[in-house]
Amino acid sequence: MPIVADNISYAYNVGTSAESVALRGVSFTVERGEWVSVVGHTGSGKSTLAQHLNLLLTPRSGSVSIDGAEAKPGSGESRVARRRVGLVFQYPETQFFAETVRAEIEFAPSNWGVSGGALKACVDEAVSASGLDPALLESNPFALSGGQRRRVAIASVIAMRPDYLVLDEPTAGLDAAGIRELIQFLSGVRDAGLGVVQVTHDLRSALSYSDRILVLENGSRVVSGTPEFVARHIIDNPVRGLVIPPVVRFADALRKKGMNVPLICEVDEMVRAIGIYKERNKKCGS
Amino acid sequence: MRFMSAPSIGQFIPGESFIHGLDPRCKIVATVILMTGLFMASGIPDFLLWFCLLLLCSALSGIKLGVILRSGRPVLFLVLVTVVMNLLWTPGTELARLGPLRITREGVLLASSMGLRLLFLVIFAGMLMMTTSPMAFSDGLERIMSPLSLLRFPTSEMAMMMTIALRFIPTLFEETDRILKAQISRGADFESGGILRRARSFIPILVPLFVLVFQRAENLAVAMESRCYVPGARRSRMNPLKWRGRDSSALAGLALFVVFAIFCDRYLFKAILAWLAMR
Repeated sequence: MPIVADNISYAYNVGTSAESVALRGVSFTVERGEWVSVVGHTGSGKSTLAQHLNLLLTPRSGSVSIDGAEAKPGSGESRVARRRVGLVFQYPETQFFAETVRAEIEFAPSNWGVSGGALKACVDEAVSASGLDPALLESNPFALSGGQRRRVAIASVIAMRPDYLVLDEPTAGLDAAGIRELIQFLSGVRDAGLGVVQVTHDLRSALSYSDRILVLENGSRVVSGTPEFVARHIIDNPVRGLVIPPVVRFADALRKKGMNVPLICEVDEMVRAIGIYKERNKKCGS
Repeated sequence: MRFMSAPSIGQFIPGESFIHGLDPRCKIVATVILMTGLFMASGIPDFLLWFCLLLLCSALSGIKLGVILRSGRPVLFLVLVTVVMNLLWTPGTELARLGPLRITREGVLLASSMGLRLLFLVIFAGMLMMTTSPMAFSDGLERIMSPLSLLRFPTSEMAMMMTIALRFIPTLFEETDRILKAQISRGADFESGGILRRARSFIPILVPLFVLVFQRAENLAVAMESRCYVPGARRSRMNPLKWRGRDSSALAGLALFVVFAIFCDRYLFKAILAWLAMR
């Protein structure tokens, strides 16, 4: 059962001089066990879309349904929706308020009345899922390093056992190693059966890891589909602010020369593909 | 669901109009004159005159009347309380009676003029903020206060503090909104429970907000120092304020209006009423 956003539109500051349309009739689906990336430049409406998925915002027109039930505003139903769809904001470590990492992670599940042994289980599960060192549980979250804080923040959302995880720019401000670990973690979350939505401006990580991609520009859908399809489309019709990763451009150039290499792969895979190609050519030649 | 949104009240609306182009000192002094005048206004006809001035301001600033009037919204509750209090507790000629409550002729007059006066005060102050950028405003205020620096009053530091404070109001609103949404996403509930529980539920908002404010302050201090800010040092200006002829004429026109309004309120309207009564 998926989250389906059907033809949703949204505008900020309606009725004032600062009114701005953020989404124009965007449709979006994410299944459980699937990783969908929403990619766009600043101001493309991607964060606004993310906030619709757990009913922080309700569309001006169109609808959002979670697992077949249309999600309507109203404290009871939207609270249920928020538990099922965990939303991790950009720079989530700026929401810390508790004195220990444990209290920080306990916050979300205890808001839904989880307590005692069940609460402890939630925390332990979240800690191990996010790869956090359990020894840090009693330390002050403000004293941790950037990467550790990000993990605590994500663990604090995972701890409420959502069915979907929506992350707004989860890699922002992390170093290369931190990004790699985060991507690994998200793959694990997806493989565990959660639906993952990654909102990002980084086309590279979206192309390499997601199952499907939605590209937004100015609140409208530009293209959506498999990474291969989206890359193909953006190579042919460049989108402002989105940079095709060099390795994809390289692959595209090789393919245009008639070499049969995959369009989307990491550098080492590319080297291997070229090696195989050359060997095959040698055999054919001899 | 509605969350915190940046206040539309008292915010600068960029423009190229006559009023936008006036010197900020002129506008500040004008606002003070207007407020003085408003305190002297008492009758409904007088407030009609003031309303005409508001229409003129709207035309000269290019800001729609509706937007200008909206700046009175935050004090609406206060106005309502004032009106009700004056309406019910002013002794005089009785007009209507409802149980122990008496409404008098004097009460109606007093309540309406008090309410209107409060509204006009706030709306004219809003007018100043809508047509003056925060930078220009604090610049103007600094220059107006500059004679005080002879008495070793730190005028430029005061102006700098005010600029910073004004600059950070919208930013803080944005940050609060973001933190609020994040905690709601984690199941925070601000609506149920007793007073104590509700008060406690704001800790997850306030702590991150304080942390953020301190971080911002620290960053700002470093940025200012790295650009060699020294408190109290003499600085030249990129855009020195220039007092032009139109500033003088605007101020003179306004002063004339206020004198005229007071004259009308004190003598003319009363004379007309008396004349009408005689007929």
